[in-house]
Amino acid sequence: MIRDSAGPQPQAADSSPGSAVPSAQQVGNTLAVEDLQTFFFTKTGVVKAVNGVSFGVSKGEVLGLVGESGSGKTVTGFSVLGLVDPPGEVVGGSIRFQGRELVGLDDAAMREIRGSRIAMIFQDPMMTLNPVLRIDTQMIEAIQAHARVGRAAALARSREVLLKVGIASPDERLKSYPHQFSGGMRQRVAIAIALLNEPDLIIADEPTTALDVTIQAQILYEAQTLCRETGTALVWITHDLTVVAGLADRICVMYAGRDVEQGDVDDVLDYPLHPYTYGLIGSVPSRNRRGQLLRQIPGMTPSLLNLPPGCAFRARCDRATDECHREPPVMEHGDNRRVRCFYPHTGGSQ
Amino acid sequence: MNVGRVAAPMLEARSLTKRFVKHLDLAAKLVRRFGADIREEVVQAVDSVNLVVGQGEVVGLVGESGCGKSTLGRMVAGILEPSEGDILFRGSSILGAGNSQAREAALKVQMIFQDPFASLNPRMRVADIVGEAPLVHGIITRAEFSDYVDDVLDRCGLDGSFKRRYPHQFSGGQRQRIGIARALAVKPEFIVCDESVAALDVSIQAQILNLFMELRESLELTYLFISHDLGVVEHLSDRVVIMYLGRVVESTTTDALFEQPNHPYTQALLREVPRLESRHSEFLPVKGEIPSPLDPPGGCHFHPRCPHAMPRCSAEAPALKEIRPGWVSACHLND
Amino acid sequence: MSTTSEVATQAATIVRPVREQTPVGRFLSDFFESRIATAAVAVFAVILFVAIFAPWISPQDPYDLMVVDVMNSRMQPGEKSLDGMTFVLGSDGAGRDMLSAIFYGLRTSLGVGVMSAIIALCIGMTVGLSAAYFGGRTDSLIMRIVDLQLSFPAILIALILLSIVGKGVDKIIIALVIAQWAYYARTVRASALVERRKEYIEAATCLALSHRRIVFRHLLPNVLPPLIVVGTLQTAHAISLEATLSFLGVGLPQTEPSLGLLISNGFEYMLSGKYWISFFPGIALLITIVSINLVGDQLRDVLNPRLER
Repeated sequence: MIRDSAGPQPQAADSSPGSAVPSAQQVGNTLAVEDLQTFFFTKTGVVKAVNGVSFGVSKGEVLGLVGESGSGKTVTGFSVLGLVDPPGEVVGGSIRFQGRELVGLDDAAMREIRGSRIAMIFQDPMMTLNPVLRIDTQMIEAIQAHARVGRAAALARSREVLLKVGIASPDERLKSYPHQFSGGMRQRVAIAIALLNEPDLIIADEPTTALDVTIQAQILYEAQTLCRETGTALVWITHDLTVVAGLADRICVMYAGRDVEQGDVDDVLDYPLHPYTYGLIGSVPSRNRRGQLLRQIPGMTPSLLNLPPGCAFRARCDRATDECHREPPVMEHGDNRRVRCFYPHTGGSQ
Repeated sequence: MNVGRVAAPMLEARSLTKRFVKHLDLAAKLVRRFGADIREEVVQAVDSVNLVVGQGEVVGLVGESGCGKSTLGRMVAGILEPSEGDILFRGSSILGAGNSQAREAALKVQMIFQDPFASLNPRMRVADIVGEAPLVHGIITRAEFSDYVDDVLDRCGLDGSFKRRYPHQFSGGQRQRIGIARALAVKPEFIVCDESVAALDVSIQAQILNLFMELRESLELTYLFISHDLGVVEHLSDRVVIMYLGRVVESTTTDALFEQPNHPYTQALLREVPRLESRHSEFLPVKGEIPSPLDPPGGCHFHPRCPHAMPRCSAEAPALKEIRPGWVSACHLND
Repeated sequence: MSTTSEVATQAATIVRPVREQTPVGRFLSDFFESRIATAAVAVFAVILFVAIFAPWISPQDPYDLMVVDVMNSRMQPGEKSLDGMTFVLGSDGAGRDMLSAIFYGLRTSLGVGVMSAIIALCIGMTVGLSAAYFGGRTDSLIMRIVDLQLSFPAILIALILLSIVGKGVDKIIIALVIAQWAYYARTVRASALVERRKEYIEAATCLALSHRRIVFRHLLPNVLPPLIVVGTLQTAHAISLEATLSFLGVGLPQTEPSLGLLISNGFEYMLSGKYWISFFPGIALLITIVSINLVGDQLRDVLNPRLER
């Protein structure tokens, strides 16, 4: 079934990566990232970790930022929060949070936003939790860093938030140290800390990758409930398409530092346009017949040190031609749907 | 696929048990003598497990943290000594130091590890990593070394020119291939894969899984595939064994298990696995944390989290009973 | 869990360029990045050269009684001797040329220090590796001995030993070895314990390789980095320990003086203004130890995989 046959013709925007494409800003009123570029200036050369990424997230929406290692998804998350350390640097593009430009913002202003308006959850909860401090100390500290609140009030708020993330006996947990918890519990505490100051945006970087299936399910459940209740926008960074399928409203697929496809979760997973997305979905075991060889994408991710010009996926793509040595255009396919390719698929994902 | 093959038992684990004991040191023993309540910490990692793998089969071993699947795998591969029980390879026991059969069998059972970064010796060249063991054990001579290594690497999709390089010069997927080549170099018959694709990207994962399947055909290998990823296990395995906190809770053919799981834990696991098809799912997680193996709940280990728990479940541990031919499950509900 | 720099390195290494770089090659290029370390290596190379070739490059053999004349004693730096030789750094109480004495002293100090460090390293390394690999009771027993050893100050151990066995180069070396081996054992054990858990060691077990092969071919090469660092710093420590012992008079005999002994001998002249007899040997000792320490510091930074450079 060819989806586009009845709809509007695909619009090809400029050939240069991501320029003058308005859809990201229209869609994202909480976060609007436009042509973001973050480079790392190492002694072996310039690593273009993020090389032109645009997406948007609205209030109460969950965006799945999907990509494999080397795609730049984590660096994108870090860039939004201004956590990119030298030799890395945000060298171009714009990040607008509720209309306010974050790129180039001074440290003090960034610190105010970080932790109160935008919060981050890391893959390893020990990046958030200090192993030598009690949980209540850490949570109270997180609150008092952003508001003039007394200890008792801060403690009450901490208790409230711990209950919200599904921790049954919060008083006991508050008096404990991180090492006394299991991995899943620690991650829940880390999420609780992220929620303390009622942020408008949460960026979660692979928070459940290291957790067991049953614990992952619990955390996904909490995340889903919270976003619905509080209207917080959530960017869920992961490599796992299946997690994003259940949780996200929209997906943005990244490859080699660029966003290659975006759209509603149903559209992208059922009708993938970019050959990479198509290949990725095709290689998931459940999409293949049992016992048969899996459909695989040949080759490996290219080194970000010496990216050849043109489409970064071309070496692994079975639809590539000489045309792909040029920068592929960003094409619009109806609302909220973008793909960066000369030859997108038009069939379904089967 | 391949279910029809006659399953002559190639590997059998009988009442296999592994306990990790943290002994008390001198100071603690002294204090205990004075009446302090200090006990030795015992972790019952694997609790009297019986496992049979037939020739040519792929058995998937599934469970979450603390279930003991990795420990079981390591005992089978000869890396850990069991506390109790026996392991038989082609009918004869492979335990017991100095047993010449044990040594031969040791080479026939190989393991492929999870972490492509830690599983290769960073100071050895690929040629040595792959070729050391066959040379030392007399499988090949010095003269044959180079060609043999080329051959093995080629089978794993690696170019012969990689021989002179060091592990740090390769990507995760390539390192995993080197690990596979190392295992294949000693001509094994049985391979234990311990979460071998867990650390890889999805697109590389597909390549490595395909490699496993090709090797299974071309070298007639048998696999024990340990994983927490049910999607992968479903695709690859003929039979599946589910473990929880050191015990086997269910075991049957893949089709049967995924179609109609019997044990409540299996049901919960299958329900909670995120799938591509389930959009905007209503996640209905099983409550509670996975208990620590140091202090497992009495009776049936799963009873605190089980939606169907009865009083009997906390008192008595359910036995692994055959509910249908070739299908075992450990649950009081089946009685 | 990644810092942004780790992420960048990850991103850059998805496909490694085909540089034929051995670990040794990488190490050398990283090491010489630091100018201070390069300078330190250069200085140490000079010292080493001097120590080895002392008999040939010294203006005078200070222990040849035929050449030394007490009439030349306590000459200031720059003065000439009775037979026309210039005492570049002056002469000591017996008329020996300070420069030559320092050269020979360096030779002894360095020789004793390096020798004892190497022997202590071999012993400590074997002990530490065994403790880590075999674990259990072996480990407990060995580590209790090490702890016992380390609870005594090195100098005390050395003093006690030397008072029993007397003077002499070989006795000093033995004393220094006994005082030092425990540091190596402890360092190696700590490192080996970490490596032992890694999967490549498990793989070696799975491949039915012998214990000896696993320990020396697999474990040892990966435990070397901290060992090299400790070895370097301990060498400096051994040299200064020996100097202390000699200064106190329990070390080397007068016939084979080290820098420590030279300093000791010249001490009585300090107050009467003939500073050069103690001072210059002191400077030589200082330069030696500092250069070795600087090299050790850079080694530690370069060999530490976690430090971002």
